[in-house]
Amino acid sequence: MAATQAQTERRTAARGSLLGIEYLPVSEINALLQLTRKMNPLKPRPLLKGKRVFLLFYEASTRTRTSFEIAAKALGATTSLVLSSGSSVEKGESLLDTGYTLRAVGADAIVVRHPHSGAPHLMASHLDIPVINAGDGMHEHPTQALLDAYTILRHKKKLAGLQVTIVGDVYHSRVARSAIHLLSKSGARITLCGPPELVPEVATTLVDGLRISRSCEDAVRGADIVMVLRVQRERLAGLKVSLPDYISRYQITMARLRLAKSDALLMHPGPIIRGLELTWDVADCPQSVIVEEVKNGVPLRMAVLARALGKAR
Amino acid sequence: MAKDNRPGSLLIRGGRVIDPLARVDAVMDLLLRDGQVSEIAPPNKIRGGADEKIEAQGLIVAPGFIDLHAHLREPGQGYKETIATGTAAAAAGGFTSVCCMPNTTPVLDSPEWVTWVRQPQRGAVTNVFPIAAATQASKGAVLTDFRALQRAGAVAVTDDGKPILSETTMRDALRASAEINFPVVQHAEDTRVTQNCSMNEGPTSFRLGLRGMSVMSEAAIVDRDVQLAQQFNGARLHVAHVSTAEALKSVRRGKKNRARVSCEVTPHHFALTDADVRDYDTNFKMNPPLRSAEDREALIVALTDGTVDAIATDHAPHAPHEKIIEFERAAFGVTGFETALGLAITVLHGGHRMPLARIIELLTSGPARVLDLRGRGTLLRGSHADVTIFDPKKRWTFDVSKSRSKSHNTPFDGRQLTGKVVATIVGGRVVYRAG
Repeated sequence: MAATQAQTERRTAARGSLLGIEYLPVSEINALLQLTRKMNPLKPRPLLKGKRVFLLFYEASTRTRTSFEIAAKALGATTSLVLSSGSSVEKGESLLDTGYTLRAVGADAIVVRHPHSGAPHLMASHLDIPVINAGDGMHEHPTQALLDAYTILRHKKKLAGLQVTIVGDVYHSRVARSAIHLLSKSGARITLCGPPELVPEVATTLVDGLRISRSCEDAVRGADIVMVLRVQRERLAGLKVSLPDYISRYQITMARLRLAKSDALLMHPGPIIRGLELTWDVADCPQSVIVEEVKNGVPLRMAVLARALGKAR
Repeated sequence: MAKDNRPGSLLIRGGRVIDPLARVDAVMDLLLRDGQVSEIAPPNKIRGGADEKIEAQGLIVAPGFIDLHAHLREPGQGYKETIATGTAAAAAGGFTSVCCMPNTTPVLDSPEWVTWVRQPQRGAVTNVFPIAAATQASKGAVLTDFRALQRAGAVAVTDDGKPILSETTMRDALRASAEINFPVVQHAEDTRVTQNCSMNEGPTSFRLGLRGMSVMSEAAIVDRDVQLAQQFNGARLHVAHVSTAEALKSVRRGKKNRARVSCEVTPHHFALTDADVRDYDTNFKMNPPLRSAEDREALIVALTDGTVDAIATDHAPHAPHEKIIEFERAAFGVTGFETALGLAITVLHGGHRMPLARIIELLTSGPARVLDLRGRGTLLRGSHADVTIFDPKKRWTFDVSKSRSKSHNTPFDGRQLTGKVVATIVGGRVVYRAG
């Protein structure tokens, strides 16, 4: 029989790949978070001197792409950016052939973002170098979940026992899936909130103990963490949810945020759409760690790259 | 004088003959002569010699298997499969008759192409019964000339791979079906709600971040079609590859109301569930998709209770460049000829205690009745000399590298199976013999 996903992830993880959080043991997660503390982009460490890290992006990205690039350079690696537009991908080259090509020009690791779920798994199962998932379709975005955990731990003692509320478009969100896996493994209690079209009942099958609430007030009340997900206007269009309806029921406003604990953190993986999933003042309020999340993305990705290339010291 | 090309006589001795249509289940000798079943009698009662003998002690001797649903890929897609390679794989799986689907290049929508598929130059080793397109170029708009296609040798019409979505077109097709007694085979999928979907909707699709096809995308079309079929006295509807419990309800209702409705189930749908789609392995991607454990259980009940008329493989070979790519971009379909019997015996007989006679019925007289394949699916005297001999207890491991199909896209590579074909005989000629 074909290898199971868990087998593929374990096999490729042995070569340093990071494909998702689902099969990443808590011990590995903690080790990465520990390592992140030692990483400072302002104090470069030449751990990856002479290494070539390729950033293969089939989808738009601002923060993930730049932070991987800065992270790699801060470790002394050279980086090369390959975008689907303007590359042989436009001429119809397959994902695997692009992977083989990058390997042939000397890639030591490939960071890939792809619109199709499972694309990094395909690369990792055919290449002999680490593949790091920088977001695949609606599946996972493991470095985002790790940097969010790191950010939370700058403010809270531990993840276990925290009440985390995730509001917005969970269905289409790779960030949500990775975050749910990581927070659940770490012992947090998670509530998902949104309309059934964006937070379907089946979401509760992802991990044990997930709760869904259709009331934003109910979901936010008493929360330690309020994680807001982007809502894409064009996605609402295809559903039965009207934009004004979504805003009135699920937008995070200051009034709603006040229902959370007084020391609650307001998080958002970005890009934020002010006036849609959250208001202008919420984005900039003292509890908001949105900018800090972006900032923490660099040391976290330094740790991920160092681990991938066996230089985790 | 030209050499006589007729097969010699063949005596199959001492096997347990199971012929569900004839209600035979006994150790018998079987004599095939001139392409027909010449005699069937208790052991050692057949007088006179035969040109060739097969000793079948300990084996099952069954009517030749009939596959109602396979993609042989010719004309135009010979890089996936040819009629020669496809039927060679079919013979290795015990199939003596293969009904091939019209979604080729060009689409089998004309009598000329139906004739072409049936020509001896194609190199088929089994009988090949083309199912022609129901609409021109299978675009769902204008019906093909059913009568002309039937005359050319087509046994049914379908737009398989796509549904006949328009209610008006389906109504017209069923009306025409009633007029000339010609089955319409429907691939039931509401493609308006399955765009960009690559597997079943459920916990696994959510976990993998893949868009899922709902149960209703199949069931709603089956329900509509069964209702339409009831409106035309004599209209014949065959529902291809049923995969959901919900769709089976409509089939049951149609049968209860005496509509001429039939359906088939594939081995992969009764053997696997969507939870098996673990590693974004595209060998588990097909349409309809693998469904939930509850749906799979319902299929097995329906195979047992008679709701389902046939096991059909939906053998769908694809080349590596169409499969070893991103899951969502990969072609739908898996190969199926060589694993069908082993899966039926392992899962249905071994796992669910289905009698061997019922499995044989689903592979022989069941499909023969669905498409009116006269003189096939039975070993009654005078029938075509199509015979499948198999060992129901033989344990073996399927190794796709030894497959006779041109393509290797199977979810069952390395799978341990019980029940293996020993010999396949088409028209009195041995076309496959286990090595």
